[in-house]
Amino acid sequence: MATPAAENPKANRNTDVFLNGIWKENPVFVQMLGMCPVLAITNSVRNAIAMSLAVLFVLVCSNVLVSLVRKFVAKEVRIAVFILIIATFVTVTDYAVKAISVPIYKAMGPFIALIVVNCIILGRAEAFASKNSVFKSLLDALGMALGFSLALFCLGTVREALGSGTFLGFPLFGDHFQPWVIFVLPSGGFFTLGAWLLVFAWWRERADRKKAREAQSP
Amino acid sequence: MNNVSPMYIFIDALLINNFVLSVFLGICPFLGVSGKLQTASRMGIAVTFVMFVSSAVAYGINTLLLMYDAEYLRIISYIVVIASMVQLVEMFIKKTSPALFKALGIYLPLITTNCAILGVAMLQTTREYNFVQSLSFALGAGLGFTLALIIMSGIREKLELADVPSLAKGAAIALMIAGILSMAFMGFAGLGG
Repeated sequence: MATPAAENPKANRNTDVFLNGIWKENPVFVQMLGMCPVLAITNSVRNAIAMSLAVLFVLVCSNVLVSLVRKFVAKEVRIAVFILIIATFVTVTDYAVKAISVPIYKAMGPFIALIVVNCIILGRAEAFASKNSVFKSLLDALGMALGFSLALFCLGTVREALGSGTFLGFPLFGDHFQPWVIFVLPSGGFFTLGAWLLVFAWWRERADRKKAREAQSP
Repeated sequence: MNNVSPMYIFIDALLINNFVLSVFLGICPFLGVSGKLQTASRMGIAVTFVMFVSSAVAYGINTLLLMYDAEYLRIISYIVVIASMVQLVEMFIKKTSPALFKALGIYLPLITTNCAILGVAMLQTTREYNFVQSLSFALGAGLGFTLALIIMSGIREKLELADVPSLAKGAAIALMIAGILSMAFMGFAGLGG
């Protein structure tokens, strides 16, 4: 991963910014941010996708706008300004979702409005967009949003497949499948996320061990 | 409109639809601050207080917004109210109890981004609760949050001494415990109905 860095450091940095959010600093699996919608909305893949799109829109717009105004905003009031920017875009999303599909709006309940207080968005505005150029902030927002979507999709797939035996509403198993209802209930969300965290921890440890072994015996 | 009794709303938010364990609001502090029993209970009290006050203020603001047909300002005005409420509580705690202020540390300003508080304000609006119903809803939700936090921190204090596999340490085991707790709270379904 690090080899092309020497030849073209700038391009590499941009892709790094983008990829960071998806894998290395995945907002859900690594940073453990924005857990509430992750657990609440993922009882079906359709809801997970709708939530991902909403977060993508808000994150990209607010990151770009925060980055644009970063030089005019006094340090003392920056958090307040960020929150107002985010709240504006969330309001837009709220009305847009209501206009596009009422069933999805009902299924998401208060969680669209709650994107305002999703730590990922304020966190990226504060930690990245307030210090970096517009283009980089855009990349960062896209990466983080994709990382978030990846996590939602992982959880949504498992929960819908096991909990109602479907994927996006299409039945996956035969007629004799007995849905494992606990997975669409709240406690299933906790279990599924815990299991995914275990899988990723195991994956990382295996990679680390492999690297250590290679370092020992070249 | 609805005429659910305030007592039922209180029990519902406290146990049946516990804010943390079955509505998934306020998960971040639930996982972050539940390491120690003392911090957890203080955090719970601070959240309950902010929730109660901001619920009352949000009710007033909503009436005002409806009067001027400006519902699209709802999210923005709620979040501003909550942020200033948190600031107020922060100053109050700093003045009266510096020790508690230190113990809560970074989590005090973070109450602003605790989705449970905005959640109470939004839910009471969409469910069209009246003033008394809103207040009992906020109180139930806050105490429910405190209850979940205290139970969780009690378990995690014991967990420090247990032999947890190294892969599951930290968040994974906490989520598994939360799942079991959530299952236990499912037993309250039907209570009071």
